[in-house]
Amino acid sequence: MISNTSREDTGDRPIPPTSVPKRRRERINRRVIPGFGLTMGFTLTYLTLLVLIPLSAVFIRTSGMGWDDFWKAISSPQVVSAYKVTFGVSFYAALTNAFFGFIVAWVLTRYQFPGRKLVDALVDLPFALPTAVAGIALTALYAPNGWLGQFLYPLGLETAYSTTGIFIALTFIGLPFVVRTLQPVIEVFDREVEEAGASLGASRLRVFFTIIVPALIPAMLTGFALAFARAIGEYGSVIFISGNQPMKTEIVPLVIVKFLENYNYPQATAVACVMLIASFVLLLIVNILQRWTESIGQARS
Amino acid sequence: MSIRALNIHKTFGNYKALDDVSLEVPEGRLVSLLGPSGSGKTTVLRILAGLEFPDPKTGATIEFHGEDVTNLSAGKRGVGFVFQHYALFKHMTIERNIGFGLRAKPRRERPGDEAIAARVKELLELVQLDGLGKRYPSELSGGQRQRIALARALASQPKVLLLDEPFGALDAKVRKDLRRWLRLFQEEIKITTVFVTHDQEEALELADEVVVMNNARIAQVGAPQDVYDNPVSPFVIEFLGNVNRFTAGVSKPSKSQATEGKSVLYVRPHDVDIRLTDENPHDYAIRSKIQHIFSAGNYARISLDRIGYNEPFEAEISREKLRQLDLKVGMIVSVVFRHIRVFAKGQFKESNVREDGQLVEVAG
Amino acid sequence: MAAILSRVRHDTYPKTDNAITEPRLIRWLLILVAISFLGLFLFMPLVAVFVEAFKQGTKLYFATFEDKYAVDAILLTLKIAAISVPLNLVFGLAAAWVITKFSYRGKSLLVTVLDLPFAVSPVIAGLIFVLIFSTTHGWLAEPLKEYNIRIIFALPGIALATVFITLPFIARELVPVMQAQGKDEEFAALTLGAGGWRTFFTVTLPNVKWGLFYGVILCNARAMGEFGAVAVVSGNIKGRTSTLPLYIETLYNEYNGVAAFTLASILSLLALLTLVLKNFVDWRVAKSRNNQDLNLSLFTFPPFTRPLAALPHEHPCPQHP
Repeated sequence: MISNTSREDTGDRPIPPTSVPKRRRERINRRVIPGFGLTMGFTLTYLTLLVLIPLSAVFIRTSGMGWDDFWKAISSPQVVSAYKVTFGVSFYAALTNAFFGFIVAWVLTRYQFPGRKLVDALVDLPFALPTAVAGIALTALYAPNGWLGQFLYPLGLETAYSTTGIFIALTFIGLPFVVRTLQPVIEVFDREVEEAGASLGASRLRVFFTIIVPALIPAMLTGFALAFARAIGEYGSVIFISGNQPMKTEIVPLVIVKFLENYNYPQATAVACVMLIASFVLLLIVNILQRWTESIGQARS
Repeated sequence: MSIRALNIHKTFGNYKALDDVSLEVPEGRLVSLLGPSGSGKTTVLRILAGLEFPDPKTGATIEFHGEDVTNLSAGKRGVGFVFQHYALFKHMTIERNIGFGLRAKPRRERPGDEAIAARVKELLELVQLDGLGKRYPSELSGGQRQRIALARALASQPKVLLLDEPFGALDAKVRKDLRRWLRLFQEEIKITTVFVTHDQEEALELADEVVVMNNARIAQVGAPQDVYDNPVSPFVIEFLGNVNRFTAGVSKPSKSQATEGKSVLYVRPHDVDIRLTDENPHDYAIRSKIQHIFSAGNYARISLDRIGYNEPFEAEISREKLRQLDLKVGMIVSVVFRHIRVFAKGQFKESNVREDGQLVEVAG
Repeated sequence: MAAILSRVRHDTYPKTDNAITEPRLIRWLLILVAISFLGLFLFMPLVAVFVEAFKQGTKLYFATFEDKYAVDAILLTLKIAAISVPLNLVFGLAAAWVITKFSYRGKSLLVTVLDLPFAVSPVIAGLIFVLIFSTTHGWLAEPLKEYNIRIIFALPGIALATVFITLPFIARELVPVMQAQGKDEEFAALTLGAGGWRTFFTVTLPNVKWGLFYGVILCNARAMGEFGAVAVVSGNIKGRTSTLPLYIETLYNEYNGVAAFTLASILSLLALLTLVLKNFVDWRVAKSRNNQDLNLSLFTFPPFTRPLAALPHEHPCPQHP
């Protein structure tokens, strides 16, 4: 016999007894799947010990410095020159990646050609290849007597031991971020929308710039931001090809390492603090961009 | 094993999924939880299974055969649960799937390998899929998978079987076959069964009892025929079966109570009688125009429009009668509602219209 | 707009995708640009490693492995990977479990913290452990000196920095896979009476095994190849704290190009192996899902190219509107 005590019973069925023995203790918000306490506890402990506390060391050390010392540390000419190199070259490298990365992603998702799978697999190389290996390999190619350098130097292109060298290294390591961010978005891009555009009489060029490009902009910006974020922190692949001339081709991570080597911990920490804040801001931007990409993807499907 | 759930409240964030729901299922019955999506029916089922817990401090109790299981975890309640999308373990063979519950038992209760194999074989025969034990779920059809899910749920001899939209993911033909099969199956093994569905036909055909849910509450409980014949609210009458709905002023004569106040009048299509206009009309005859005729099987469905009111409604008559009257689209006919329900002031009043044109109220 | 669209006759749609692709010339031009760019930036450096390594013959190539310091560096690198990968494996499983199987407030904050090591420059990843464990400048300098424990310029420091750098990798690969699995199979196992551990080992783990494998090879590749963070904490003492990438730098700076590139070629082979395994996993998963779209695999290779925080928030109630 089923009954409903939340409403008046309508049939000729008797209303069941509603008195319930009050005997149990209430549990608060039980979770059905076990292991919450264990996994949450472990995850939080691990993250706290290995990420939060160590990272906070930078900020706590810096906060003990006093504003004047801090400002002096982060604005010395050597450091400022390094900021310019790091942020400037990273920007151009990420921009180059955004452009060529888009072409690569487009070609790999939309066209069929022999060796496509191989090329697709190769895109991940900069991520899998240790940075030091990338560094010496790029130097071997672009040094004055290198494979490519021997042809480029006579043309006046100083590809190694210059900001151009840094640019080459940062382009190398940033490429997969743009390609891999764009690829899934191009893949799921609704071809019917393109077809609709084409059947309404728009030229291919018009469809491309008015329909496809706007839809891919969030993903492209995400890829750009990821490549940029990776580039500003990059160390291994750059130091071999950059020449490391003070005030000219020193990147910020190298400056930090040099301070450390000279036991100049306060300045190293102060500069690290600046870079950490820049990284966190970028992470935040990437998060926002990714949400934007997702929301467009959802609206589309 | 009987089930009793009392005062169940459940909120997800700000969303109230269940608002003081209580129900009882007697031993051995097949009960259907029926309602539109969002009505809370699946939540009830999951709470019975221990896959959700009622809101704390609301005095909720769940008893199986008089035993309080409110705080027992899913695995300790002895229920068999069948998921809408089967939830078979993809990486295990059918045999391993069915035997999972037996192997998961504590060491001293666990049957030996041979006993497990025997039980698995028995279950495969029961669901008429013997010989498929070595396959993987991906190699079976949807209907077969759902039967395997059922066999898996039954392996440890649960006292209660809970099915969450068991046929929802299947196509119409398979769904119908499986529905019939489940009915016979349940009658055979006599296990207390609760299943969730949004398909009223499925609920009415399968269940001993139907629990109609709407907006986190139970709207009505009863035997399928009873709920269909005596709905307690506009929601139930509109949700179960087809019904014509008129907002006011259908039976034109002022002597009818139907026109009083803000009332809604309901007529089932099979209670609509169509006559040719030249037959003797009376007060309750309505002149209407035939808009569309569709006949499949034994019945014909006729769309009509009440002349001068722009109120479309439907009639269901036998094909035989359709032929007798020789109805055609565009014809003007006289329509009599043999049985009407008027919902006013929170309750239904039922009336019959007799052949002689007299309105007779049916005693509630 | 709707009016215009309704005038489009569907039967006039081209059967092929001719209408929505570029002219052949442009297509080949774009392919050429893409391949040239990749060739210049990716393929040639890879080839350069091997050519430079074998420049003076195979004899000199293999002679590198007789260098005691080189062998020490390889062993140290293996040790570091053997420490950091299992740690992050356990962490990845726990984090993915807690992120995908429950709903609670602050989950997206947790996911953001998980991503932090990616945002941090390797050099800073090394620096933070120096700030804590350095015996001259660190927070814990006094107790470390008192008990004569060396962390910086020693194996523990290298391991710590590596664990930090590779921390999100496995979790990052597991979360989308577990999310896609849903929770029904776990629920089924629980109603069948299985406990938490049994459910995890017999139901969850087999379902995510490829994602896990994938995370492990990525984590391993990065752990063996990490340079910046390790450079800061190790002190680069030959034969003691010099990992393979650090020793490559040493050899390179000593103008021992062949030896440097020889060791680099090992790491390049490791990278290639990682790529091969990655594509193998993609292929396996695509096969089991009957889905030929390898590009849409659940796995992300550089991790972080797909968001975690924005993953669809799964509600415990399937009927929630």
